[in-house]
Amino acid sequence: MRAGRIALQALLAVIVGGLIYGAFINAADNLARAHISSGFGFWNNSAGFDISQTLIPYSAGISTFGRAFWVGLLNTLLVAALGVVLATLLGFTIGVARLSRNWLVARLAGGYVELIRNVPLLLQLLFWYNAVLKSLPELRDSIVLPLGGFLNNRGLFLPRPVFAPGFGAVGAALFVGILAAIVLHVWARRRRERTAAPIPVGWWMAALIVGLPLAGFALAGFPVAFEWPQMSRFNVIGGLEILPEFAALVLALSVYTAAFIAEVVRAGILAVAPGQTEAAQALGLRSGATLRLIVVPQAMRVIVPPLTSQYLNLTKNSSLAVAIGYPDLVQVFAGSVLNITGQAVEVIAITMAVYLTISLVTSLLMNLYARMTAIVER
Amino acid sequence: MAAIADTPVLYVRTAPAAKLPPPAAGSGFIGWLRVNLFATPGNAILTLACVALIAWAVPPLIRFLFIDAVWSGPNREVCLASPAHPEPGACWAFVRVWLSYFLYGFYPIAERWRVDVFFAALALGIAWLGSISAPRRDLGAVYFFIVLPVLSFVLLYGLPAIGLAAVPTNLWGGVLVTIVVAAVGIVASLPIGILLALGRRSELPVVRWLAIGFIEFVRGVPLITVLFMASVMLPLFVPQRLEPDKLLRALIGVALFASAYMAEVVRGGLAGVPRGQYEAARALALTYWRMMGLVILPQALQVTLPNIVNTFIGLFKDTTLVFVVGIFDLLRTIEAARGDPKWATPVTAGTGYAFAALFYFIFCYGMSRYARGVEARLSRGGRR
Repeated sequence: MRAGRIALQALLAVIVGGLIYGAFINAADNLARAHISSGFGFWNNSAGFDISQTLIPYSAGISTFGRAFWVGLLNTLLVAALGVVLATLLGFTIGVARLSRNWLVARLAGGYVELIRNVPLLLQLLFWYNAVLKSLPELRDSIVLPLGGFLNNRGLFLPRPVFAPGFGAVGAALFVGILAAIVLHVWARRRRERTAAPIPVGWWMAALIVGLPLAGFALAGFPVAFEWPQMSRFNVIGGLEILPEFAALVLALSVYTAAFIAEVVRAGILAVAPGQTEAAQALGLRSGATLRLIVVPQAMRVIVPPLTSQYLNLTKNSSLAVAIGYPDLVQVFAGSVLNITGQAVEVIAITMAVYLTISLVTSLLMNLYARMTAIVER
Repeated sequence: MAAIADTPVLYVRTAPAAKLPPPAAGSGFIGWLRVNLFATPGNAILTLACVALIAWAVPPLIRFLFIDAVWSGPNREVCLASPAHPEPGACWAFVRVWLSYFLYGFYPIAERWRVDVFFAALALGIAWLGSISAPRRDLGAVYFFIVLPVLSFVLLYGLPAIGLAAVPTNLWGGVLVTIVVAAVGIVASLPIGILLALGRRSELPVVRWLAIGFIEFVRGVPLITVLFMASVMLPLFVPQRLEPDKLLRALIGVALFASAYMAEVVRGGLAGVPRGQYEAARALALTYWRMMGLVILPQALQVTLPNIVNTFIGLFKDTTLVFVVGIFDLLRTIEAARGDPKWATPVTAGTGYAFAALFYFIFCYGMSRYARGVEARLSRGGRR
């Protein structure tokens, strides 16, 4: 029996190894025949193609494929971060609304979830891009927004803030404010635990976090100027340009993921036994305090693991950017770079490694959180 | 005693009090409104905001889809704004003209009956396997996982030996391709997923680590990169004379991807089977495969059927991603038809997307209703 098991495993290992070896031999053979070099030498070669949105300096003539990779990765992370924030806000709102005692609110939220979850994300993305954003007015009929912005089918153009050197003071003030607020919070909690007298410090904390930077801003002499977008005959010059591809991707991802987050939130809240709420009310807690102190902490333990996997899904789904031409990692690297170099194995391997790293790091953090919040039973 | 008797009686009612009206809340239409929509001032404001939202969004949508819509016509002229028709709605005429393309792609018109037979055979398989009370579901499984794939291949791809002309896959398109990709994903992912799940719970370390590696790798990367890998790297990995078909490459990618997700769902089901079931099967001296096939898997799959269906819904939506590697599924045919200058209008894109959304919604919503029905039925059984 034991020998049989070892033989079985050895056989499996040999088969898998053989398949991988065969694939490797074939790939080397095919690549040599097509005169495609292998290895990662291409990383430092000049890229020679343009990218429409770059968070770090990049120019087609000088920058390398390696630089293009970082541009694409940063664009992916930007979309993912913004999408996660918006999807969380929308998703929590809708998840709570689905449990509202107000019949109409609950029904509307339910309708949203059913509609969005049952239509493919790619279709929604194309809808936002082609049917909504691309059918905005032409350049010369741009919608003029208050405060000097323009909206047309080439994107959203907003005034770009230009920070003068004195702006560092504001950042420093913000840092000090946050620090002071934390100290205040800890002090208030310690004191409450000692004397049982609640000290309302919420407003003071808000004043510290908002007020100190504002004061610093005024003292430094308002060190910020705006670069206004200028309308020319063929283009909009200057200002902060938000590409329609970017806007469509963020919209589609956050609207789609919000529907799933709403379900996660609903399930989490329903998972808290009703006796918990009743016990809190019996102790005389008001409904706000019941929610904040009793329901939410217990619901979060159920919500956070599936919520993280929704965040991961959003990040992975941001690769749909390739369908509308937003320059994310897949579009820039697995698209343009692959087509130019032809080094499919290396390029796809790098691309997958990036997503795998993001997934693994997130699940490591997730396990850590689960261990921290696990119920300690006697 | 005397003290009580001396206390003056201040008031004694001599006539019955007037009847009060019943409490306002409670029953009836008004009561329902009061409880469910206007319980508190904040609630009333929310309700009014929702009504405003509906009033803002729904009538224009209905106007666009139905009232202002153009139902027939020869070309784009009918769908353009004109003095008689200032606000053109959905251009259903466009969908009508292109409908056969959306359904079959460029599949030869004389051979399209084969596609229809395929749809019917698939529907039969789904109905047989999907309804819990259907007779002989074991035969249904044989039909679905063995007979149907062979039959579909012969029907769709053709077999000149029996008089069915070969139809190369680059002529396939539209709903046909969407259904083929989804069906291949479903038929392949269930057995592969079960094997992977068993491998992941196996006591043999090599088997377990191979299964874990595959599952975690595939689940950690986006489907698009898997499809890219299948379409770009697969041709490199096989000898040059076996250049795989473009559709086949995408099908392999989708099947691998779906299998990894299915494996996790099946694993969840396996975890739900009590230990006693394993021990009892062992005590009856069943071998590993008999224990799994006769005792454990039937229970695990039954319990996790709703989750399996939910995975299918995800898979069905994900079929749209084959778009990216140049395969003409429904969405891609709509994108292609949208570019036809004969029908290019401002409303063409919206109409095409509305049609596609309707198609996907009907299928996905149907599946999710089915999953919920099964779930309710299972929980009824468990409560006994």
